[in-house]
Amino acid sequence: MAGLEISREGPAPSGPFDVAIVGAGVVGAAIARDLALRGASCVLVEAAADVGAGTSKANTAILHTGFDAKPGTIEARLVRRGHELLGRYAGEVGIPAATTGALMVAWSPEQREALPGIAAAAAENGATDTRPVGVDELYEREPALGPGAHGALEIPREGIVCPFTATLALATEALAAGCRLALCARVLDVGQRERFELRTSRGPIGAEYLVNAAGVHSDELDALLGYDEFTITPRRGELIVFDKLARGLVNHILLPVPSARTKGVLVSPTVYGNVLLGPTAEDLRTKDDRSTTGDGLSSLLSDGARIVPRLTEHEVTATYVGLRAASEHRDYQLRVHPERGYACAGGIRSTGVSASMAIAEHVREGLAGAGLALSAAPAGTEVRMPNIGELAPRPYELPELIARDPDFGRVACFCERVTRGELEAAVRSAIPPRDLDGVRRRTRALMGRCQGFFCAAEVAAALAAARGDSIADVMAGRDDGDRA
Amino acid sequence: MAIAPDGVVIVGGGPAGLAAAIELRRLGAGPVTVLEREREPGGIPRHSKHTGFGVRDLRRALSGPRYARRYAELAERAGVELVTETMVTGWEGERRLQLTGPGGRDSVEPAAVLLASGCRERPRSARLVPGSRPAGVMTTSTLQQLVYLHGQRVGRRAVVVGAEHVSFSAVATLAHGGASVAGLVTELPRHQTLGAFRVGAALRYRAHVWTRTRLAAIHGDRRVEEVELTDLDTGSTRSVACDLVVFTADWIPDSELAVVAGCELDPATRGPRADPALRTSLPGVFAAGNVLHPAEPADVAALGGRHAAAALAGHLRGEGGAWPSHVAVLARPPLRWVWPNLVSAGDGAPPRGRFLLRSGEFVRAPRVEVNQGGRTLWRGRLRRLVPGRSAHIPAEWTREVDPEAGPVSVETRPR
Repeated sequence: MAGLEISREGPAPSGPFDVAIVGAGVVGAAIARDLALRGASCVLVEAAADVGAGTSKANTAILHTGFDAKPGTIEARLVRRGHELLGRYAGEVGIPAATTGALMVAWSPEQREALPGIAAAAAENGATDTRPVGVDELYEREPALGPGAHGALEIPREGIVCPFTATLALATEALAAGCRLALCARVLDVGQRERFELRTSRGPIGAEYLVNAAGVHSDELDALLGYDEFTITPRRGELIVFDKLARGLVNHILLPVPSARTKGVLVSPTVYGNVLLGPTAEDLRTKDDRSTTGDGLSSLLSDGARIVPRLTEHEVTATYVGLRAASEHRDYQLRVHPERGYACAGGIRSTGVSASMAIAEHVREGLAGAGLALSAAPAGTEVRMPNIGELAPRPYELPELIARDPDFGRVACFCERVTRGELEAAVRSAIPPRDLDGVRRRTRALMGRCQGFFCAAEVAAALAAARGDSIADVMAGRDDGDRA
Repeated sequence: MAIAPDGVVIVGGGPAGLAAAIELRRLGAGPVTVLEREREPGGIPRHSKHTGFGVRDLRRALSGPRYARRYAELAERAGVELVTETMVTGWEGERRLQLTGPGGRDSVEPAAVLLASGCRERPRSARLVPGSRPAGVMTTSTLQQLVYLHGQRVGRRAVVVGAEHVSFSAVATLAHGGASVAGLVTELPRHQTLGAFRVGAALRYRAHVWTRTRLAAIHGDRRVEEVELTDLDTGSTRSVACDLVVFTADWIPDSELAVVAGCELDPATRGPRADPALRTSLPGVFAAGNVLHPAEPADVAALGGRHAAAALAGHLRGEGGAWPSHVAVLARPPLRWVWPNLVSAGDGAPPRGRFLLRSGEFVRAPRVEVNQGGRTLWRGRLRRLVPGRSAHIPAEWTREVDPEAGPVSVETRPR
């Protein structure tokens, strides 16, 4: 029933459901959508106040082909399949995405020697279209690249995507197909007698099948079910977003030749028209430290100065941290336990956005094998996401839209050119934002170079009106939880 | 939107843009249209409630909002077409501007364009302050909008980053909004405001200034909980509890349109370069106000706009001939920038007859020289240089500039 699908307070919908999916990141949302479209009654259970508020919002926003995965792993297979599925889905529902292609740049003769081996592994992973690029061609195609490159490997189908819209689209479609969304519901314990009984911070939820998509907490949920197969050690990745005026400096995703431990620091265009530099890689002992560090940012800047020297002439628009859900294993921790009706989609290290829809397919097949009744063909929905990318015209550029509603001609966030019409649509959307960060992910408001100098108060006013709160509460990050 | 072939479009309805528009009408120039992207004209003074606006340009002291309203009224009265909620989003060719407003998408091609898009404070992210990303971090402008335009209480205890005039203005705004001030933080050895302001703030708001101190990190989960400060002399760090961090000053021009148009930029101001007549490097494109010199007080920006109007009117009448070829004026450390930063042979005087200098350091009684290709065009002594505040030198030396001799440099000499 309309209006009942999402809840953030009061008792959680108790079910019993066919399937409870824990974790409303991109993976959980993709699984919920996949199952709900095939007729399963689902509940998506999330500890945070919004979907996509963890690792799904803070990553490199690359739509990977999986060319550089370890051949033969689950990750290699699912990223490859997921690239195809999400690439197609992006076009259908309007997730900003572009196939920019990547250039893996060798900065030494040794690195250049390594490229043929990487190309051979890529071919094993289905990326048979890679191609060596000589020094002259490399500088012709990337004139702003720093001096000293020895050549590159081109991976033509690598691309960029909007991870915010991806998660929101999948979750919105899950809801359109009848899935319930229980936000602010932290799973405290799980029991299984006739069915799974989740004890959450918002009360009990019952389900026949359980899916673990809890990201950096997936090991804890797995342990609650009695397993001891992996431990998540979050790997902090710090990233720097440069001003849009730097966009012209970079034409492709510029990858380093990976080391044994990390894929290294890349420079990439974003779908919003910025340039991204990162990530660092640092193992953390805690799971909630999303702080940038002085050392991390300065090491990134020196990497940036080497890869694209002119990048450092530009202003930094934002810095952020993503926590990769890395485990001690060099593969996803994707297991279906058919006897219990439990699927674990944990340890999704750094390719979760790209693989999400393939992980969903894999989990669906596993649960069907465990007896979950699903219809053969997915139901259709009419989900269409607002465009927040620079690859198609934005609302402020659309005369017909402005003629229908002049608020789409009233720019509220000047740096990112977000109109009042978009803010209004976002605060009233199927999954409305709870805080300013949620507005940012849905519209790009406050994401730009001024970081709110001009419009923060105005944007907060729009959200406050929709929430029925004061602007001060919105600006202060105060929420229902604070008053309770 | 119809723009006459002899019309002028001014981008930005703050003090500089409105003053230029009013003066253009007074000088009998053709139709003048001001495009303002906010709902109300007036620019930053709209939410700066303290008094002291208008002393140099209007010969009276007004509050920011009254000053903003005054300019809007004068513009209306002068017959300026003032279009709000309309944003210039780009260029189509040399002088054709793309616009978006509630009336739709449009483009206009005036005879001349004046860029008066102002400046903003550099936010936390661009200053690369590490730590978490809690709520409660803002610039002075956001603080003033929340307190004065929306009547909100913003927090209980603030740390203010910066110790310039505007930083002390943030202190006053915080007091008005019900917050106490733990202190002001500056990496410089002294505060940069006038002594009277400083003493007044210390007495009235009990605001302490931590000099030679860096804001090393911001911590907090959802809300700011504390900041980490580093003493630059000893290297020691300590934590200060607060729920609000206000980043003040460190101004940066809102110069995207100038950049996209291809105007020559000054690497230090990061705004378009302009000559004493406020011509940019692009024919038919003028600029005025704090997009050129971030940041001067509103009345100085307005006087710049008024000054630009004269050259602009002359340009429309076909006087002055072809667009001049300029040489750049560069500042040498410890000077950060000098403005105007383009000159050509035969230039008249800049606004208020002076070149502005900004320094990165405190310097007492510096000797200053203006040099071009081994020739000294001017030398003199200033009382002092204070970071974030303009000193000035006279402008007669522009007559000596050789258009073929490369850039002019302004430098200090040891005493």
